[in-house]
Amino acid sequence: MAGTAASGAHPVIEVKNLEHSYGDFKAVDGISFSVKEGEIFSFLGPNGAGKSTAINILITLLSLQKGEASVAGFDVTKNPQKVRESIGVVFQDITLDRDMTVWEILEFHGRLYNMSREERRKRIDELLRLVQLDAKKDERTKNLSGGMKRRLEIARGLMTRPKVLFLDEPTIGLDPQTRMRMWDYIKGVNSEGTTIFLTTHYMDEADRLSDRISIIDHGKIIITGTSYGLKNTLGRDLIYLETSDNESAIRILQGLPSVRDIKSKTKGFVLMVNEDGTKVLPVIIDALRGRGIELSTINLKKPSMDDVFVFYTGKELRDEPEGKSVYLTMRPGGH
Amino acid sequence: MSVGFATIYWRDMIRFVRFKTLLLSSLLQPALWLAFFGIAMSSSFDRLMAGVPVPPGMQTVGYLTFMAAGIIAMTTLFTSLFGGIVILFDKNWGLMREILASPMDRNHIIVGIALSGVTKSFIQVIIIMVFGILIGAAFFAGFGALQVVIGVLGILAFVGIFALGFLFLSAGIAVSMESPEGLQGIITLLTMPIFFASNALYPTDSFPPVLQTLSYYNPMTLMINGIRYFAIGPEFLALGKLYVYTPADIALSFFGLILFAAITFTFAWWRFKNAVVT
Repeated sequence: MAGTAASGAHPVIEVKNLEHSYGDFKAVDGISFSVKEGEIFSFLGPNGAGKSTAINILITLLSLQKGEASVAGFDVTKNPQKVRESIGVVFQDITLDRDMTVWEILEFHGRLYNMSREERRKRIDELLRLVQLDAKKDERTKNLSGGMKRRLEIARGLMTRPKVLFLDEPTIGLDPQTRMRMWDYIKGVNSEGTTIFLTTHYMDEADRLSDRISIIDHGKIIITGTSYGLKNTLGRDLIYLETSDNESAIRILQGLPSVRDIKSKTKGFVLMVNEDGTKVLPVIIDALRGRGIELSTINLKKPSMDDVFVFYTGKELRDEPEGKSVYLTMRPGGH
Repeated sequence: MSVGFATIYWRDMIRFVRFKTLLLSSLLQPALWLAFFGIAMSSSFDRLMAGVPVPPGMQTVGYLTFMAAGIIAMTTLFTSLFGGIVILFDKNWGLMREILASPMDRNHIIVGIALSGVTKSFIQVIIIMVFGILIGAAFFAGFGALQVVIGVLGILAFVGIFALGFLFLSAGIAVSMESPEGLQGIITLLTMPIFFASNALYPTDSFPPVLQTLSYYNPMTLMINGIRYFAIGPEFLALGKLYVYTPADIALSFFGLILFAAITFTFAWWRFKNAVVT
C-alpha cells in the first residue's frame, strides 16, 4: 500500500531543487525540503510567495517543471496516481457544492476514491463527529458558517485516511475564535498520526501549530527550523533604544560581548542580545551614560515569529494591519 | 472496473432534481414550444397546404407532426450544449479541484456528465412525445404495439447518440473556458446555425446549394431523419414534399452521429487531459 515510510526512516515529503515558472515569472525558485512522518510542517510566507504553486505540484494538480518531488514515497511525476491515493487536500478557496448536503459532500468524496459503501458510511459518521457536524448532516453547505465549511473540508480531506493532509491557508477569512478551534482540530488530526503540510501567511498560525516552519518568499526558502529555533537565531531578547546619538551608541554597543547584532531603525535601533535582556540592560545604560549619550526610549521584548519573519525577509507581511509595529521592520542596511 | 463515472452521474442528477425551478422549466419549456409555436405555425401551414393535391395512397402529415420531431431535436440540442456548464461552475467555485486531485481517471468526468445529460434529454423527449400526441401530433399513427416500442427505442437511440456528441463538445468547451458568460456566448453562437441549417422546421430542398450541403451533414438533420423515420414512417408527405427514408439512409444517419460523437469525445478528452485547475 501507501509508501514504504517506516516510521521516520524516510521523509513523507521530499523535495529537491523544485522550480516552477509561469511564463517569465519564477513562482518557485529552487526549493528543497523534507517533511518527516507525523510532523506538522508549515510554509510561512506572504501572498504570492509561491506557497500555493509548491503545494499544487505536490498534490499533482500542476505538473512538475524542474526538480524532484515525492510524496508518501511516490514520485509526483512518475506515479501521480499513487500520490493522489495517499493524500488529502484542503484547498485555499472553499471547494464545496453549495447545493449538496454535508453528507453528500463526504459521500461523493468516498465514491471518488472507490471506498466501499460500508467503509464510506462508517467513516462519514466518524468524521462528522470529529468535526462536530453530525447535527448538520442533511444541511446544504450554503447554509453553513465559514468555520463549518472549513471543518467539512477538513473532514473530507481525511475521508480516505491519507498519509499526508495538505492544508492551503486553512484559516483564511475565519474569525479568531474559529481559527483557534480549527487549530485544535488540526492538532487532533495530527496526533492521530496524519502528517500535515500547511501553508499560511499568519505568523501566529505557523508559530502555534507547526513542528517546523520554512519561511518562504519570492519562491525561495529563506530559513527552516522549529519556532523556538527560529526565534533563537535572533538572540534571547530584543532591546529597542532611542538615544541622543544613535550612531555613536551603535559603535559603542557593538563591542559588548552579549550583543549579537544591531539593526538601525528610523529613530532608534534594535539590539539582539544573547543573554537575559533584563541583565544586559543595566550594562548598556552604564556604557552609554559613561560616554555622555542620553537615552530617551527603552523597550525590551522576546523575539516573536513576526520579528523572525521581518528579519529574514526584510518586510512585514503584506496584508497585516498597518501600524502594528514590529521591531525589525527596517531592512538590514535599509533606509 | 472503476465506476467513477457513476459518481459523477449521481452527483449531477442530485443537482438536476434539487433545483426545482430549473427542473420544472426544463420540462415545461419544450412543451410550451410545441404548444405555442407548433399550434400557431401548423394552423397557418396546414391552411396554406390545404389546396395542394395529395397523390393517392400517400400518407400526409400535418405540420405539427412534422415539426414535433424538430422540437425534440432542438430541446436535445439546448440541453446537451448547456450540459457541460456544471464543469465550468465546478472549476471556478466547486468540486473540480477535488475531482482532479483524486485518483479517478478524467475520462470518467466526461462520461458521467454525458450520461446524466442523456438522461435529462430522455426525460424531456418522452414528455414532448406524450404532450405532442395529446395536442394532435400524429406520432406512431397506425402503428402496432411492437412498432410503437421499436419506434420509441429508435428515437431514444438517435436522441442519445446526438446528445452524447453535443455533451462531449460542451464539456470540452466548458473545461477550457474561464467565465460562464463566455461559454454562454459560444453556445448561442453554435445553436443558431445548427438549428436553422437543418430540417427541423422546414424542408431543406429550397436552400441555396452551400447551405443545403451543410444542412445535409448537420448532426441535427441526421438525428431528425431518424426521429421522423421511427415516429412517422419511411414514407410520408409533409409541406408538399415527399420524404422517403430507406433503412440504409437511417443507418447512415446513425453512423454519422456516432462519428460526430467520437470526434467530440476526442476533443473533450484532449481538453481534459490538458486542463489545469489551481
